[in-house]
Formats: sequence, C-alpha cells, structure tokens
Amino acid sequence: MTQTNPTGTAHTPTADAAPVIDFDKFKPTRSYTAARKRKDIAMRALIILAFIVALIPLISVLWTTLVRGFRRLNWDFLGHNMTNVIGGNPTPSGGYGGILHAIIGTLEITLGAMLISIPIGVMCAVYLIEYAGGSKLARTIHLLVDVMSGIPSIVAGLFAYSMFAILVGPGTLNGFEGSVALSLLMIPTVVKTTEEMLKIVPNDLREASLALGVTKQRTITKVVLRTALSGIVSGSILAIARVIGETAPLLITAGYIVSTNANLFGGEMTTLPVYVYQEYSKYRANCPADAASGCVTTIPMERAWSAALVLIVIVLVLNLIGRIVAKVFAPKKK
Amino acid sequence: MSTASKPSASPAASSLTQPVNGQKADRVFRGVAYACGILILVTLAAVALFLLFRAWPLIGGDQQANSAVIENFTGGKAKSFWGYVGPLLFGTVLVAALALVLAFFVSIGIALFISHYAPKRLAAVLSYIVDILAAIPSVIYGLWGGLVLVPAIYPFWNWIAEYLGWIPLFAGPAANPPRTVATVALVLAIMILPIITSIARDIFLQTPKLLEEAALGLGATKWEMIKLSVLPFGKSGVISASMLGLGRALGETMAVLMILSPGLKYSFKLLQASQNQTIAANIAAQYPEADGIGVSVLIGTGLVLFVITFLVNLLARRITEKAGK
Repeated sequence: MTQTNPTGTAHTPTADAAPVIDFDKFKPTRSYTAARKRKDIAMRALIILAFIVALIPLISVLWTTLVRGFRRLNWDFLGHNMTNVIGGNPTPSGGYGGILHAIIGTLEITLGAMLISIPIGVMCAVYLIEYAGGSKLARTIHLLVDVMSGIPSIVAGLFAYSMFAILVGPGTLNGFEGSVALSLLMIPTVVKTTEEMLKIVPNDLREASLALGVTKQRTITKVVLRTALSGIVSGSILAIARVIGETAPLLITAGYIVSTNANLFGGEMTTLPVYVYQEYSKYRANCPADAASGCVTTIPMERAWSAALVLIVIVLVLNLIGRIVAKVFAPKKK
Repeated sequence: MSTASKPSASPAASSLTQPVNGQKADRVFRGVAYACGILILVTLAAVALFLLFRAWPLIGGDQQANSAVIENFTGGKAKSFWGYVGPLLFGTVLVAALALVLAFFVSIGIALFISHYAPKRLAAVLSYIVDILAAIPSVIYGLWGGLVLVPAIYPFWNWIAEYLGWIPLFAGPAANPPRTVATVALVLAIMILPIITSIARDIFLQTPKLLEEAALGLGATKWEMIKLSVLPFGKSGVISASMLGLGRALGETMAVLMILSPGLKYSFKLLQASQNQTIAANIAAQYPEADGIGVSVLIGTGLVLFVITFLVNLLARRITEKAGK
C-alpha cells in the first residue's frame, strides 16, 4: 500500500487532478490466484477427510458390537448369572451363563454414586454461583473442580480402596466402595453442568423473589433450582452415562463374583464393564474331548460382546434421554 | 412459601408481626452449600493423603522387602521404586504423546468442519456423533481394539515397518499380532479425539464474526480466513484442549490393558511387542495378585500418575483461564 504514494505524487502535475495509480502492479498473477484456490480446495478436502477418518472407527465399533453382540443376546443371557457355568458347556437352563448379576451390580453401584454425587455436586455449584460469587475461594474451588475432572479413573479407584482399607479394614471390597470411586469421577461433571445452568437463570427472577421478602434459601430452592432443573437433570444423566462405563476403578474396588449379590454394602459385586473385561481375559473356554455337542470354546468372547452391546445400549439410551430432557424442558428463550 | 401461607389460617396478626422462620433454614442451607464447596478441596487433599499414606511403606518401610516385591513384579529387572516407575512413566508419556499427535490434527479438522464448513443442520448431527464417540465406554474400545483392530491393522504396520523401517521409531519386524504401542496409541487417539474436538469446536464457534468477515472482505479464501482469524483466536483453547486430551490419555487404563503386550524398557520401537507399559494399565494388571507391600508399590505408582495428570490438567486450565480474561 505504501508504494502507491510515490507513484501517486509523481503523476500529479496539479493538485486537482486525481492521482493515477498503477493498479496493474497489484494485480495478482494468475498462477498466484490459482495457487491460493488450490490451497483452499486442498485444505477443504483435508478437513472433510479428517471427518471421514474419524467416522471409520465409530462405525466399526458400533457395527461389530451390534453384529457380534446379537449372537448370544437373549432372555436367558439377561436373566441368569454366571453360576453353574463350567467351561464352554451349556447350563441346565440351556444358555451359557449371563449378565443378570452384572446388571444388578451396575445399577446399584451407579445409583450409589448418583446419591452421593448429585446432592454434593449441586450444592457445590449453588455455593459457587449463589453464595461465593467470584471470591478467591470460589475461584480456587472452580479451578480444582476442573482439575478433578481430569483425575484418571484408576486413581479414583485406588483412592476409594485406600480409604476403605484405612477406615473399614484392609482388603475391603464392596459395591459401595465402587460407588465412592465413581462419585469422585462424577462430582466434577455435575458441578460443572449445574454451574452452567445456574449462570443462565435470569437475575430478574432472583431479585423479584428476594424483593418479595422470600429468604435466600427459598429463592434458591424454589426459584433458581427449579428454573435450572432440566439442565441439572440432563447434566446428571450425562454424568451417569459417563461413569456407568467405567471399568478400572471398579476392578479395584468392587471385585468380581459370578453369583448375584444385591447387597451394596457387603461382598464383591460385578458390573457390566468389569464383566466384559473378565470375559475378554478368559479368552477361551475349555471343552474336553467328551463334551456335549453344545460346548462352545469361544463362548467367553461371545459373552463379552453381548455384554458390551447391552452396555452400549444403556449408555446411548441414557445419553439420548439426557439430551431430550435438556431440549424439551429447556427454559424458553425470549 | 407453603409454610408462609399456613399462619394465615390462624389470626392474621401473628403472621404479620412474627417474621416467617426462614432464618434458620437459610443459615443451614448456606452452611450445607459451603460445606459442599469445601468438600471438593478436602476430597482432592484426601486423594493425595490417602494414597500417600498407603504408599508410605515404600519410603518408611522395610527397603529390602520393597525391593524384593519390585524384583518379583519385574522379573528381577528393577530393584528400586524409581527404577520400577521410570520405564512405566516413560511408557505412559510415550503412548499418551503419540495418541495426542495422532488425534490433534484430525480433531482440529473435525472441529473446523463442524464450525465452518458443514451446513448448519449437518453440523448439529455431526456434533452429536462426536458426543457418541465420547460416550462409548473405554472397555468397549479395548474389546474392539483387541479383537477387531489388532488383526485388521497388522498388514498396515507391516507395510510401514518394511518401507519406513529405516526410521528408528518404525524399526521392524512388526509384531504379529500387533499388540504394540502403535496400536494402543491409535485406539487412545480415537478415545481422546472427541474431547479435543468438542472444546476446539466451541472455541472456533466463538470467533468474532467481524474478524471472519473482515478477512473474507479483503478477498481471503475460506482457508486463508480460517488461518488469519479463526486459528489465532482459538489458539489457547486448542492448546488447553489438547492438554486435557493428553491428561485423559495418560490415565487411560482399560484400552491399554486389553491391547498392549507389556514390557519394561526405555524403548521407542513402536511396532514391536513387549516394549513399554503404562502406569494405569500396570496397576490394573498387577493388582489382583499383589500382596500388602505390592499394593503399596502400585499405589505409589498411582500417586506418581496422579501428580502428573494433576499438573497437566492444572496447566491446561490455567491456559484457558488466561485466555478467557
């Protein structure tokens, strides 16, 4: 641009005449324009390619789980546990063992984690947004919540294990211990989504309520939290969907058994992800030479896939419910 | 409010002169909220303290017993705790860094595609697909990696070992089945992809429209517009997103445990089996058979992992916070 000045002044004999600028000088060459266009198209192609590359594993994971999972997925599989399963032989009920105990364990442990982390998470967010409002402590807690969401799941498991070993007794393994480990992973998610929701509750509502003489506690529980309810519910559901698939912490804290244990506070418990892992690590079942014709050596892997399918369905359905709740009950925008 | 309307049934005077007894509830509620806030701090401190307490025999306990246990874990390769945790740490960082390198460009590409290239309706669907990718449990990625990807990818690794084998990283022969660092890094890359993508996408969408339009108005092509306005604007967000992805990859257990054939070497041979192991997978693998001191050793390694992921996450959040101001 600065080069225009000398040429401009050189061609102005009088002050009135417009400066003559040699625009041709700035005209991009054809090859330059073409190169820019080529680069644009190349980058567009790369970006679309990146997307397709990412789709391949997703489709592959979902497809193989679906196809291989359906092979052994039936009511018998859903309604029995792994007792009476010997090698690759069929059980008296005609099936090859099942995941009833794992489903019960998953539900109870996740419910326990929910009961611990949702109240704590919501109240923590209430403190951060409604009470502390930008103080130094609040900022520290906010930062630490973020950091906490990055704790490796296995460390959460080790923590729960150590805590119970110290408080209850060494070597304690039970379902509730798993719940504690999971809630450590769940609380940050709940806090963060609740915080986001509380932030978008209009201040007018709070002020209107406070101006009517309603106490702060009632303003929060009856006005603020009620307005933000859909967001909190959907955030919590998404948090549940995230922890329900956790394996490593439960491997350490909840143990693994083949029979059904409905007592959250005593005895080891199996969950679906742990079941998948245990079946995977069995690799093959024994079929002696004189075994019945129904004996299947590859049954552990088939059970693993079927359990994985059930797990994926649970997780995706939870995700869907969370999203629908968020969308349908979202506060109407003006 | 329901309690406030109750006294109106009785003589009205009392409800007017007597304040509604909400003060106590107010204080209790405030106290509970405060306690929950503090609980976060306490929990994080408790994680560190409980782990330290359980790992204490490593430092204050019988050193001979410690080294005996570690020798037992490693088959005599390592004697001291740091000699044990060193290769594990190396493996953890190697796998996570590789996963990040693999995932980074792809996720930036997807984020740009969703934020600037795809039509609006398609973009919503694509965001949802990325979220699904994030929702799939890690054990299923492990299962898929171990049973589907491992057999399927061997020809590709073999090809790389043959033609790029002169690069020390890809030194052959490629292991078959390829239960190697390369395969694990690929699976971890798929797992951290949605994390990086979703954060990067949100940042890219926040680019001021004026900046973009100014770039386009000056005659920039779409890519030049992105290079000039979107990427510089999203730089810090992208950095912190990748740090978060790195944190996730550092702590990932199941996929590594189910795919990798472990080893305890300081080795960069990505295509060969039994070279490295990560801390998290090592804990999960050794835990069932560990005795008292063995558990302490493993918890000690867990503490090292905790400290590292804590620092990585803290750094990531600091970067975002600074950018947010």
